[in-house]
Amino acid sequence: MVVRLQNEPFAPGDLLAAFCQDRRDVGAVVSFTGLVRADGEMVQALELEAYTGFTDLEIGRIADEAALRHGLIDVLIVHRIGRLLPGEPIVFVATAAAHRRAAFEAADQLMDYLKSRAPFWKKSVEVGGERWIEPRPEDYQDAARWDAALANKTLEDRR
Amino acid sequence: MKVLLFGPLRDVAGWRERTLASPPLSLVGLKAALARDDSVLGEALDRPGVQAAVNKAIVRGDAPLAADAEVAFLPPMSGG
Repeated sequence: MVVRLQNEPFAPGDLLAAFCQDRRDVGAVVSFTGLVRADGEMVQALELEAYTGFTDLEIGRIADEAALRHGLIDVLIVHRIGRLLPGEPIVFVATAAAHRRAAFEAADQLMDYLKSRAPFWKKSVEVGGERWIEPRPEDYQDAARWDAALANKTLEDRR
Repeated sequence: MKVLLFGPLRDVAGWRERTLASPPLSLVGLKAALARDDSVLGEALDRPGVQAAVNKAIVRGDAPLAADAEVAFLPPMSGG
């Protein structure tokens, strides 16, 4: 399992190809790539700040938890920090599992976490000025789906 | 002692990192010292959702601080 925060741009295709290489037990790889949206040419750039040594460990902890929960064989998370331009890849998540369901669900869960709770601070540089961004209500709701699912499962396990 | 500010807090204070020569003995003491120096920053640190991390671990309430501690103030997170 690898979590990487980097200032340099990345090529999602290259990451995916490398992630798929030399696998004998993996039947399913799911990958997600997030790009910086221009939002109708309003957004000129995004500036992403992380706390090195904290943000990466926190993401790693969630990735471990997701790997255990969904029975993943491997996870790769690459996240850009620093200044990004519209159209550039900002996040890449790949999950590997024996079967597709686990890979899909784990990638979905990891992205919900990354969009709402991961320790980043994001500033949008826009035509009218700069503003700090907070998660949208939908982002919190998306992330909460997994808390609820976990709570239900724990309840079932107790029965 | 090293003090780090993230996100909007950095804009409020106008600095990102500061080394304190005479470090306070507790987190509450540190916040009071920062507020004495800059009341606007002091208010911002007291806003709901602002967390503190000591040596990269989140701390709730007060905590004793070693002279060589790294203290970070983390405003509500944006997600990626």
